[in-house]
Amino acid sequence: MQEQAGNMAIRTQKLNLWYGTFQALFDVDLDIKQGIITSMIGPSGCGKSTFLRSVNRINERLGYVRITGTIDVMGENIYDPEVELIQVRKQIGMVFQRPNPLPISIRENVLFGHHIHNAGRKTSKSEDDDIVEDALKTVLLWDKVKDKLDKKATALSLEEQQKLCIARLLPVKPGVLLMDEPCSALDPKGTEAVEELIWELRGQYTILIVTHNMAQARRASEECIFMLMGKVVEHTETGQMFVTPQHKETSDYIEGRYG
Amino acid sequence: MFESTELNRRNETRQKLFRIGLGTMTGILILPVVLIMSTLIYKGAPVISFEFLFTGPTKGMTAGGIFPALLGTILLVVVALLASVPLGIAAAIYLSEYASDNWFTRAINLAIINLAGVPSIVHALFGVGAFVIFFKFGTSILAASLTLAIMTLPVVIVATRESLQAVPMAFREACWNMGATRWQTIRRVVLPNAVTGILTGVILEVSRTSGETAPIMFTGAAFFLPLLPQGVLDQTMALSLHLFVVSTQVPNMPEQLPFGVALVLISMVLLMNSLSIALRMYLRGKKKW
Repeated sequence: MQEQAGNMAIRTQKLNLWYGTFQALFDVDLDIKQGIITSMIGPSGCGKSTFLRSVNRINERLGYVRITGTIDVMGENIYDPEVELIQVRKQIGMVFQRPNPLPISIRENVLFGHHIHNAGRKTSKSEDDDIVEDALKTVLLWDKVKDKLDKKATALSLEEQQKLCIARLLPVKPGVLLMDEPCSALDPKGTEAVEELIWELRGQYTILIVTHNMAQARRASEECIFMLMGKVVEHTETGQMFVTPQHKETSDYIEGRYG
Repeated sequence: MFESTELNRRNETRQKLFRIGLGTMTGILILPVVLIMSTLIYKGAPVISFEFLFTGPTKGMTAGGIFPALLGTILLVVVALLASVPLGIAAAIYLSEYASDNWFTRAINLAIINLAGVPSIVHALFGVGAFVIFFKFGTSILAASLTLAIMTLPVVIVATRESLQAVPMAFREACWNMGATRWQTIRRVVLPNAVTGILTGVILEVSRTSGETAPIMFTGAAFFLPLLPQGVLDQTMALSLHLFVVSTQVPNMPEQLPFGVALVLISMVLLMNSLSIALRMYLRGKKKW
């Protein structure tokens, strides 16, 4: 049991979520394996983004959200009263639909998380330089921006901005990366580049990616979760989901009969 | 096929009529400003000199300069700012970044709007009751400045809150998702991006404060003082009140002198306003998102 829990990055049990009186998630039981890319697909309003947002507890900001059940990340219940929200957020990075770099320099963007989590300890410039180089190399952005690290991050192209948004999560060494339709604001070329990057990160991070784009789920994930009306319909290996779906709803959705 | 019809021509005439009509209205709008400024400059400019600005009034205020009043206005504004800016910015940060939307914050917002609508003479009477009498500051710069501060507080709060709310939500989300606390988010991201708007609000407050007469009349401004104020508990002269005095209260006043005083006062206000606009343009040019 202990062993199995260790392999699971995210495990939810009987997760129910209400926005006021509207129930968005119904008894969601999911085991998301560590170190692989899992995609979540389903029609708009099926609860996939809601699920993603409850994994780093950002839903809480809306005062009217109520949750029952548990979400364990790396074997710990993140809704336990003992848990420090800041540590949850540090451990679980999030990438948004619209790239949202901060209106400061590229370098400062990458160092932002590192600095806020090291308040009180002044980090040396060479340490900072290494962190910036490492993070930007990981997201395949270093060669493009190494000469303009002090330029505003908001001046970059959307694709580069999105890569930077991924890069700035890395210095605080998160275990899980949540991505909420990370490519939907990008053109096909940008999408391809970001997908490639996500694929590169496989193994080092547990990646959970919500997407509307089925081709993307198929190309860029190892396991796939199909959700409908707040419930998990199917959760299997991606190849299998798209070739031999087990449920009629899944095959209908994959074939584009609704969505 | 393409020739104009009766209807086209009628519409065309109407369209012309409205353009001219609306244009005229706009012209009428700027007329007072142009008239005021040109009269003031025409009549007031000849009396302005280094001596006028930097010496005190003589011969029962019918001659000499306005230095004590000019200095007094600056003092009043500075002390008022010291009180209202920190308080106003703190309140705006709380309302915009921390407070949740409930009946209590809505009541506070309503109170702020109402505070902005209170006539200045009522502020003056409040100032007399609260600062002059209750807190025993007497008629003094401190009492007058605090009265001005309360009067302009809503401007600072509203300007600050609006510039805070103009900072995109996505920036805050980005920070919170990296585990930044609310204060870290405010300090490192929200405030630096809102500073333009806040500064603009503060400068506009300066320009408004410097022209106010009623709130300082009973709380700290004097008709005439032979000496400059030595501290914040002294009374002072002020430009706005001085203008009132030399225009209406002193017999045998040379005609040009009040115009000179008015010109100095309005130049101060315009200078502040232009500074605010220039600053906003400069800072806006620097930020991009």
